[in-house]
Amino acid sequence: MITQDEVYEALQEVKDPEIPVISVVDLGVIRDVLIDENGAVVVQLTPTFAGCPAINHMKENIVQVLTAHGVKESRVDVMYNEPWSTNLISPRGRVLLKDFGLSPPPAFDGMLTLEVLQNAVCPKCSSNNTFLISPFGPTACRAVHHCRNCQETFEQFKPL
Amino acid sequence: MNVEAIKDLLYRIGDDDLILGHRQSEWTGIGPILEEDIAFSSMAQDEIGHAQAYYVILNELFGEPTPDQIGFGRKSDAFRSSQLVEYPIGDYAFSLMRHALYDLAESIRLEELTRSSFRPLAELAKKLLREERYHYLHATTWLKQLGRATDEANRNLQAALDFAYPIAFSLFEPTAQDAAIFADGIQAPESELETRWVEAVEALMKECGLKVPNVADKTAHYGGRQGKHTPHLEKLLAEMDEVFAIDTNAVW
Repeated sequence: MITQDEVYEALQEVKDPEIPVISVVDLGVIRDVLIDENGAVVVQLTPTFAGCPAINHMKENIVQVLTAHGVKESRVDVMYNEPWSTNLISPRGRVLLKDFGLSPPPAFDGMLTLEVLQNAVCPKCSSNNTFLISPFGPTACRAVHHCRNCQETFEQFKPL
Repeated sequence: MNVEAIKDLLYRIGDDDLILGHRQSEWTGIGPILEEDIAFSSMAQDEIGHAQAYYVILNELFGEPTPDQIGFGRKSDAFRSSQLVEYPIGDYAFSLMRHALYDLAESIRLEELTRSSFRPLAELAKKLLREERYHYLHATTWLKQLGRATDEANRNLQAALDFAYPIAFSLFEPTAQDAAIFADGIQAPESELETRWVEAVEALMKECGLKVPNVADKTAHYGGRQGKHTPHLEKLLAEMDEVFAIDTNAVW
C-alpha cells in the first residue's frame, strides 16, 4: 500500500501547467493527503487563484500520476479553507521560479500592502531597483515589472 | 442556520461577480493600451472565478444546480445581480469608474464576510479579499493618475462618476432576507455596508480631484436583487449563454 511520503514524491511529477517547472507540492497547493485502510487516496488541493483555469488540469493529472504509481482509487478534493498564499511556495520552488525567469514572490506578513506588491527582484540581474508596470500579466498569477538596472522587463509570480 | 438567507446572499454576490466579469471580458482585444486590455481580461477571469466559488457553495451545500447551470442556464428574472453590473461597458472612463465603485464595495463586503458566522463563506472571503487587493490597486492607481492629468481626462471621469454613482447604490439594495442575514451574524445590514462605502468613495474621489454628486433618490436603480433588470441584462445573457444553450449537457 502506498504511503503518504510516496504520494508526495509522486506528486512531484504533477506540474503547474502554466509554469511547467514547479510541482504542485513545491507550489504549496497540496493541503493534505489522506489514505484509508484500503489504500484509497484523497488529495486535498487548494487553488492558487479562485479563477485559475489550471485547477482542473492539475486534478486530472494528479489522478493519472497516482494511477501510474499503482493507486487504484484516488480522488482530489478542492478546498477553500485556510486560503493558499505565495508564502507556501517551498524554497526549492522559489529557486525553480527564478531559473524559469519569474521573479519569486516576496514573503509578507498579514495583509498585502502596496509596498509588498511593488517590490520585485529582477530575475536576470537580482537588482531591487525595479518598478511595477502592471499588476496583471499573461496569467492570473503574474505581474509585470521593469528593471532600471539591466532594463529587462520581467514577470513576477505575484504575492498573494 | 437560515438556509434561505444564505442562499439569497450567495446568489446576489455570485451574480454580481459573474455579470461584471462578463462585462470586463468585453475589453479583451479592444483595451485602450495593451496593459489595460490584459488587466481587464485578468480581472474578468478573477471575477468569474469568484462567481464560480459562490455557486459551488450553493451547489454542494444547498443542493442548488451545478455552477454551469446556475451561471448559464437561467433567465434574466432569476438573476439577483445589481443593475450597476449589467450596463454595457460604454467608454473607458465609465468602465474604469464602475470598476472602482464596484471593487471598493466588494472589498468592504468581503472584509465584512471574513467575520461571517457562516464559516464556508468566511473562509472563501479571506481568499477572495487577497485577490481583490489587486483590483483595488488597479482601479485607484489609474483613477488617481487620470483624475489629475489633463482637463479632458478629468472631465470624462467626472461625467462617468456623475452617471455611475447613482446606479452604484443598487449594490446595496436590501432584500427581504436582510434582517435575517444580520440576525444570524452572516453579514451586517446592506445600509451599514453602504455607509462605509460612501465614506470610502468620498475619500478616494477627493484624492482624484473629482466631486461626488448628490444622489436625490438612491432607490432609483433598485430592482436587480428581486430579478427586475434593465434590458441590458437580456442582451448580455443572450450572448453569454449562446454556446451553453446549444447543448446544455455537453462535457467540456
